[in-house]
Amino acid sequence: MQMTRGMRLEQAKAHVAGRLGVSTADLSDPLIMHEVRREFGLGLIPVQELTYPSEPGAIEAKFHISEVFDVPINSVQKFTEHIAPRAAARSVGAGVVSPRPEVSA
Amino acid sequence: MEHSVMTRLGDGSLIRMTPSEIRADLEEATALGAKKAKTEPLAPEDLDQLLEIFASNAKFSAVDVGDELILSCDGSGNLDSGTRLDELYSYQSHRGADIIELYHIDYSYKAIKTILSFETQTMKSAQLNLVAPLQYGAMPDLGRYSQPDGPVPNWSELMPLGRIDEARAAQEEAMEHAVRDMVFVAEGMIEAGADGLDFDTAGAAGDADLLAALRAVEEIKSRHPDIGIELGMASEFVLGMHGQLEFHGRRLAGMWPRDLVKVAAEAGVTMFGPAVNVNTTKSVAWNVARALTIVKPCVAEAEIPVHMNVGMGVGGVPMTPYPPVDAVARVSRAMRQVGRLDGL
Repeated sequence: MQMTRGMRLEQAKAHVAGRLGVSTADLSDPLIMHEVRREFGLGLIPVQELTYPSEPGAIEAKFHISEVFDVPINSVQKFTEHIAPRAAARSVGAGVVSPRPEVSA
Repeated sequence: MEHSVMTRLGDGSLIRMTPSEIRADLEEATALGAKKAKTEPLAPEDLDQLLEIFASNAKFSAVDVGDELILSCDGSGNLDSGTRLDELYSYQSHRGADIIELYHIDYSYKAIKTILSFETQTMKSAQLNLVAPLQYGAMPDLGRYSQPDGPVPNWSELMPLGRIDEARAAQEEAMEHAVRDMVFVAEGMIEAGADGLDFDTAGAAGDADLLAALRAVEEIKSRHPDIGIELGMASEFVLGMHGQLEFHGRRLAGMWPRDLVKVAAEAGVTMFGPAVNVNTTKSVAWNVARALTIVKPCVAEAEIPVHMNVGMGVGGVPMTPYPPVDAVARVSRAMRQVGRLDGL
């Protein structure tokens, strides 16, 4: 919120806390935020025996961060731009890419 | 006899001072800072808080729970463990950084231009593997454009000869090259997924260095309005190597953080980093009081977040490659508790 929106600290904390339904003091509590981050899919920190392969991580989590906080994230936008045409083409009947014509023997 | 506490000088060396001596240092420093930056000294209650922070024998000191600020970094990692991506991951997950920065050891946009494809590939890989906001940082570094390293006449050689007009013209020509390189690198980084750009130590070569950064920022933000831009100062006021340069009608030479934060925001900067030099012969408390006196009006009047430069030799942190945690903790706490900084 500070980096791309230019929000001052109090404003940024209030925005994030409001979106997550917690108090601003909760934002720096690791136990509370672990559960909140898991609930919203914002990414978790693996610690040896505590790994989270079934939870969103890295670029996956940033999709959720962008959505939850209503903030554009450049890497998410670029990822979407790069993957979307191919994903669309793979779906049946999408019509984005014409099927490859059959080659007769 | 009054008890004494362990504290440090601006070079990091240990000394002992009594609370009365620390109080005297605080009062002297804020008076000097206010006179130099043409601002008000810190209020008595601010000095009381600083005295409480510095007249303590505790190893570590910290802000109140819930009053934490944001930690951004001009370069994340020491290049001493694995790859740069490993270091970024470590800063994100283990060292408490909120905003991390990919950087190259040759920390200059001119140098980065020649290895941009390599740097953008690293940025792209990093963005796929990290959650924390990741910017790319380097210095405008205008001096690199002067001979013998660059194409334009060397203004530092021309000025002592009294060839002032030629020195100014050389700086103006160098600015054109620098703006072009900074925008070029920014375009590559944004295409690779960077969340923002850091123009660190802007103004290191004087007002032309700073103006080049401001012009680059304006150009980048006009093309990419959602990109973050952090601008860090090189010293506590803008050096007038040229002396006549203006941004949107405001003369840059001699400008202090209080005014520069407004100019920076006008250019499109989203996070501003003031820097106040450390006097290595004075106590850390003295240096912090002086730094806060200069920066507090900037924070009060800013419309964008202010991330104080608090590293080796700036913002009160001792001038040593290995800043002691007792000093760093006290400086950091003071910056938030007294200065109300948005970040460090």
